[in-house]
Amino acid sequence: MASSSSSGKVEDLRLVNLVKDYSGVRAVDDISLTIPAGSFFALLGPSGCGKTTTLRIVAGLEDPTSGRVFIGEQDVTIKPPYQRPVNTVFQNYALFPHLTIHDNVAFGLKRRGEKDIETKVSDMLDLVELSDLARRKPAQLSGGQQQRVAVARALINQPDVLLLDEPLGALDLKLRRQMQIELKRIQVDVGTTFVHVTHDQEEAMTMADTVAVMNSGRIEQMGAPEEIYELPKTAFVANFLGQANLMEAEVVDRDGAQLVVQAYGNKWAVPTARAVQNEGQIIVGIRPEKLRIALGAASDTEATNSIVGTVTDASFVGVSTQYLVRTPWGQELIAFEQNLAGGDRIRVGDEVSLTWEKSHSFGLAGHENVDAGVMDLSGAIAEAVTESS
Amino acid sequence: MAIAIEKATDARLPLHYRFTRYLRSHFIPAIGILGLIYLFLPIAVVFAFSFNDRLPNGRGSVSWVGFSTDAWTNICVDPNICRAVGTSLQIGVLATLAGTLLGTMIAFALVRHRFRGRQSTNLTIFLPMATPEVVMGSSLLALFLNTRIPLGIVTVLIAHIMFTISFVVVTVKARLAVLDPRLEQAAMDLYADERQTFRYITLPLVAPGIAAAALLAFSLSFDDFIITYFNKGPSITTFPVYVWASAARGVPPQVNVIGSLMFFGALAVVLLAQLAGKVKRR
Repeated sequence: MASSSSSGKVEDLRLVNLVKDYSGVRAVDDISLTIPAGSFFALLGPSGCGKTTTLRIVAGLEDPTSGRVFIGEQDVTIKPPYQRPVNTVFQNYALFPHLTIHDNVAFGLKRRGEKDIETKVSDMLDLVELSDLARRKPAQLSGGQQQRVAVARALINQPDVLLLDEPLGALDLKLRRQMQIELKRIQVDVGTTFVHVTHDQEEAMTMADTVAVMNSGRIEQMGAPEEIYELPKTAFVANFLGQANLMEAEVVDRDGAQLVVQAYGNKWAVPTARAVQNEGQIIVGIRPEKLRIALGAASDTEATNSIVGTVTDASFVGVSTQYLVRTPWGQELIAFEQNLAGGDRIRVGDEVSLTWEKSHSFGLAGHENVDAGVMDLSGAIAEAVTESS
Repeated sequence: MAIAIEKATDARLPLHYRFTRYLRSHFIPAIGILGLIYLFLPIAVVFAFSFNDRLPNGRGSVSWVGFSTDAWTNICVDPNICRAVGTSLQIGVLATLAGTLLGTMIAFALVRHRFRGRQSTNLTIFLPMATPEVVMGSSLLALFLNTRIPLGIVTVLIAHIMFTISFVVVTVKARLAVLDPRLEQAAMDLYADERQTFRYITLPLVAPGIAAAALLAFSLSFDDFIITYFNKGPSITTFPVYVWASAARGVPPQVNVIGSLMFFGALAVVLLAQLAGKVKRR
């Protein structure tokens, strides 16, 4: 690879107490974090959470209200974009329509008066497999090809940090999955720090080493994808990153390394280490794929918790079936079952039991809203109706 | 299988549907061709009468006398006609340069910057376009007389630059408004400073708008009779003023020759521009 060889040492990106106000609205609320050199970092959150603003501050396209941006030891907070060792892959790519693909990719090198531009450009176009389209204009390329040009145009400058602003948002699902793998491969190849902004949790988890979940201008939780998926610390993270069943409960006892909780007449156990709070009201959470569904009642064993309920919906999605189960207290829980056995499936109306390993449950603070971060439309409508009545 | 694809028995669509479809696809082009004839017939007449012979007394005629290529071979038989065209070209070029430069800068200011009085500037820019030319011409004359500016090529230039600016602003603004600001941000992100961004990204992308504005400004200036007539003074004569004056004793066919030349010149410019665009795209 051409790019990895000649660049010097890649630098950490450090944000210190970053704040951005837009006429009274706080878009970024005191963010401090260090993104280690060479990592693939995802800023994940719903639209309006401040993730794009954070990215634009790093690029220099937006001034922070207060706070600092460091790249290595260098404070770049007040530097214009063209003096930062940072390049951006814009949403919708922002390719220069009047320049050829070759000239688009060469643009940054030319401005810096680099040598060997031709070799570098053709190497880069080889990397993204666009060599035969070098003389075309952007409008003559497909969405996926334009996306690769945008990446090539930024990456050829060997930035310390590559910023990606929803780079796959305009692609269809199949192409998006393909490009996720492609981008990850390129990142591993060149070793540049990638900061990727997205609202697609699957995209964030597939690609990034570290995911930071953002909500209302703050980082709710940060860590490796498996880590925050398996052990979310807030209801927002539990719901936004995948799906979760969250049930209100009360801690009634402690049994060794486990909390014993009571909810609607059921007794369950939650590992103390997996609960953010050890007493009083808590929220017990369990991921849908951790639930085992079976006809009839089940008795708790040493290692499992269980709930009984009635199936209200069963949707077959190929590799798995997604069940909605109504509990005696009226909550609808969601369970994913792999379609291992071909034969009889559980049907709507069946009485079933849901069982899960005690060690899989997690505990959240009791005051939290169990619907925070839910992207379900019917939920949002129901919420709006309740609020207005 | 419960569901099978039914075999079509009659593939032809109902008659009334086919009839309206025929009408839809043939009626509108027919109307369009009529519209084009309406637009081009006057130009055809201009061209045809450039081959009209003069009357026996040497004057031009509005009715057909006979075929002659005399006007084409002796355009400057009356030196005044060519002097008038020269004056018009000179005024047109200067007014276009100044008007396009000023108008483009105003358009950038109005689209790119938020300042006090921006809305009212936007509005007042339209005023010269909306004011009747006769009123504008006579008022300007009053202004020049009262400020004791001698009438001549300078006063005509001042007037022409003034009214071309509005058209340039409107044309360039339309082009700027659809320019994605992210393109300039992307250029800055790729190490282009403000000046380089303007030179390599903004200007090339707005250039078609500026070129269109310049062409418009030139044709407005070259064409203008009313404002020019009021403010030119006795020393100069532009082409439209020459035509007006000669109309009293019969317009010579040379005027039609110049009109035809202008038309074919403009056509050649447009065709060349399109051809250049095609070659570049390849």
